Amino acid sequence: MSQQPKGWKEISIAGVCWKPATDYHTGDWRSFKPVRDPKKCTKCLLCHIVCPDAAIQWNKETQDIEFNYDFCKGCGICANECGAKAIVMVQEGGE
Amino acid sequence: MITIKELTEKPELFTAGHRACAGCGPAIALRQIMKALRGPTIVTEATGCMEVVSTIYPYTAWNVPWVHTAFETAAANASGIEAALKVLKRKKRITHEHVDVIALAGDGGTYDIGIQALSGAAERGHDFLYVLYDNEGYMNTGIQRSGGTPLGASTTTSPAGTVIPGKTQHKKPIADIMVAHDIPYVATASIGYWQDLMAKVRKGLEVEGPAFLHVMAPCPRGWRSDTAKTMEISRLAVETCVFPLWEAVNGEYGLSPISKAIALKPDRKKPVEVYLKMQRRFAHLFQPKFQHIIKEIQDDTDKRWNRLLKKCNIPQVAVSKT
Repeated sequence: MSQQPKGWKEISIAGVCWKPATDYHTGDWRSFKPVRDPKKCTKCLLCHIVCPDAAIQWNKETQDIEFNYDFCKGCGICANECGAKAIVMVQEGGE
Repeated sequence: MITIKELTEKPELFTAGHRACAGCGPAIALRQIMKALRGPTIVTEATGCMEVVSTIYPYTAWNVPWVHTAFETAAANASGIEAALKVLKRKKRITHEHVDVIALAGDGGTYDIGIQALSGAAERGHDFLYVLYDNEGYMNTGIQRSGGTPLGASTTTSPAGTVIPGKTQHKKPIADIMVAHDIPYVATASIGYWQDLMAKVRKGLEVEGPAFLHVMAPCPRGWRSDTAKTMEISRLAVETCVFPLWEAVNGEYGLSPISKAIALKPDRKKPVEVYLKMQRRFAHLFQPKFQHIIKEIQDDTDKRWNRLLKKCNIPQVAVSKT
């Protein structure tokens, strides 16, 4: 990546976006981090469907829920929606 | 009925890494909509929050063919795509049984700017699904009022002050306007009830001819609400009947299960204050001098709700006691 702005010959035709957004990590926007208590979690997966950032996924191999902190923006919807109260929001940088 | 576990195995067609604000309602709506597709789909989107956040050059959050178009032309673009697909199919250039077309626009791109294109496309009868994600304002440009902003909401172009109580006009009943176009399928949905939302997306795609889906999607930034409460607010909008869920198939109105439960047991209907209190854009209404606006919002909600019950042929047991 050079600092020089690209000319029209170097950019894609019609300015089409070609990189997947998953290359861009939005996780560093976060000031609160969701932490899941596996003992309380019932694996209902409601957090998967309410997450705006697709940061909560089901891992088939471990048969468990996985948080992808590369993308989680720390909005806290999962903690608020969790029926079993298994997710708590913890401030980043603290203990 | 699909379970969430089965949904987790569906690919994320609206991927992570988009740059929507934390707790974005429309982003949740898009994820849920993109999980309800039935096959190959082309999405065209008018300018708006979700267009801006999902395709910041050179990144794209879309895993389906996606076309950006000008603010007013989501429906016109969808018409063109649908017509082109028809020709390609006739010439046997594509062999898919069906390729669905979804036009996406926000409330600005539908209520105000895009309504002529939408009205024209509905009249011409193109086979596409128009999804309106309603966050009640022009949010990405700095929270200006739109035709979808409700009465009393404070925005940067309808600011609440000592004299003016926020927006002084009512929200335009856009879904009813679309029913009046006599199109085969019109529905309202909320991200708070994802099963209902996904079922309606699928119905809208499967129907022959234009379909319109009005999705309520709270915007924590513009509504000045807690990012964690996005889902809670969208459910409260339904429970207070500010945004009832219904569908009109071939012009015949019918309430969706969640709103029907409220219609049959009117004591479940919550007062609008609960909904308004969660959003700071309505905070000024709780001053004594603006209390009459809350009453006006309640009266207007009741009026629209009773009118809806009449259309759905449900007896008027649900008259509010407040």
